[in-house]
Amino acid sequence: MSDALEVLDQVGKWKASGKGVAVATVITTWGSSPRPVGSQLAVDDTGAMVGSVSGGCIEGAVVKEALASISDGQPRLLDFGVTDEQAWDVGLACGGKVQVFVEKVN
Amino acid sequence: MKSETLKALQEARTNRLAVVLATRLGDAAEALIYADRVEGDLSGDAALVSAARRAMAIGRSETIDLASQKVFLNVYVPPARLIIVGAVHIAQSLAPMASLMDFDVTVVDPRRAFATDARFPGVKVMQEWADEAFEKMGLDISTAVVTLTHDPKLDDPALEAALKSDVFYIGALGSKRTHARRKERLAAEAGITDEQFARIHGPVGLNIGAKSPAEIAVSILGQIVEVRARRLEALAAPKVAAA
Repeated sequence: MSDALEVLDQVGKWKASGKGVAVATVITTWGSSPRPVGSQLAVDDTGAMVGSVSGGCIEGAVVKEALASISDGQPRLLDFGVTDEQAWDVGLACGGKVQVFVEKVN
Repeated sequence: MKSETLKALQEARTNRLAVVLATRLGDAAEALIYADRVEGDLSGDAALVSAARRAMAIGRSETIDLASQKVFLNVYVPPARLIIVGAVHIAQSLAPMASLMDFDVTVVDPRRAFATDARFPGVKVMQEWADEAFEKMGLDISTAVVTLTHDPKLDDPALEAALKSDVFYIGALGSKRTHARRKERLAAEAGITDEQFARIHGPVGLNIGAKSPAEIAVSILGQIVEVRARRLEALAAPKVAAA
């Protein structure tokens, strides 16, 4: 099954069971980024996730922001890259940069 | 994202419709842009709709600036389809590998002993003649057709039907000699010209010295990936201005 379809289907299932859900989407990439624009990661209110927005480098940080978005309902625009102060925590080992949009599914 | 938007995206997938989800990043306002209609908060924005249609045409998601607002265009195109003619040994490797690569796979073979669900778990199997099956499915630009039977009775009608459509890839298993004979037959029996015949990749697949069924499947899929990528590159390339 395709990534996009798998993510949408899981979001549908989570919503149907009454869970809070947020979707994170790669909206811009610079340099060598692991996942193309449009790649998605969905997160439920327990922190369970499906899909990916990187090779695993930034998922932890994205999940944290997704949980925040589920609780306050606000969308978020996140930047990740080697120039981040937290480069060694949530930077991309490949040297690329990505911008990720996180929003709650209402 | 609204729940209705999610449902609309899932429906578009089921019906094999291309759709672009436009999301304004500042406030998460949305629009769904289809080939023939537009829905949602942002549907009145003509510049947005035309940018979305362009993104749909080249199949590439992107972030754009509209009136100093950032809008993300997420392009959802139906998964490419691979139709395998011949429920043979190579097909048993090709079908699951293509599924892993997000292809919507259908195996077509009129022979009852070959075309069984047991031999192709998780894949659509049609026990029919290829040309009849094609008519039901409707061949389109996001479809690839590969013939594997080695039997002119089964392969030729499939190739003839595929050549009359705008599928993005046609491949036919068989040696150079087999392929040359195929060319003569299709010219004599179906009036296929040299130019039309040139669309068929034969011998099928990239020349990587593949021997086993799984290796041949890799070479076929490698070629399909290459053909598709080159086509999308050509579509995405900026048009050269006329002098």
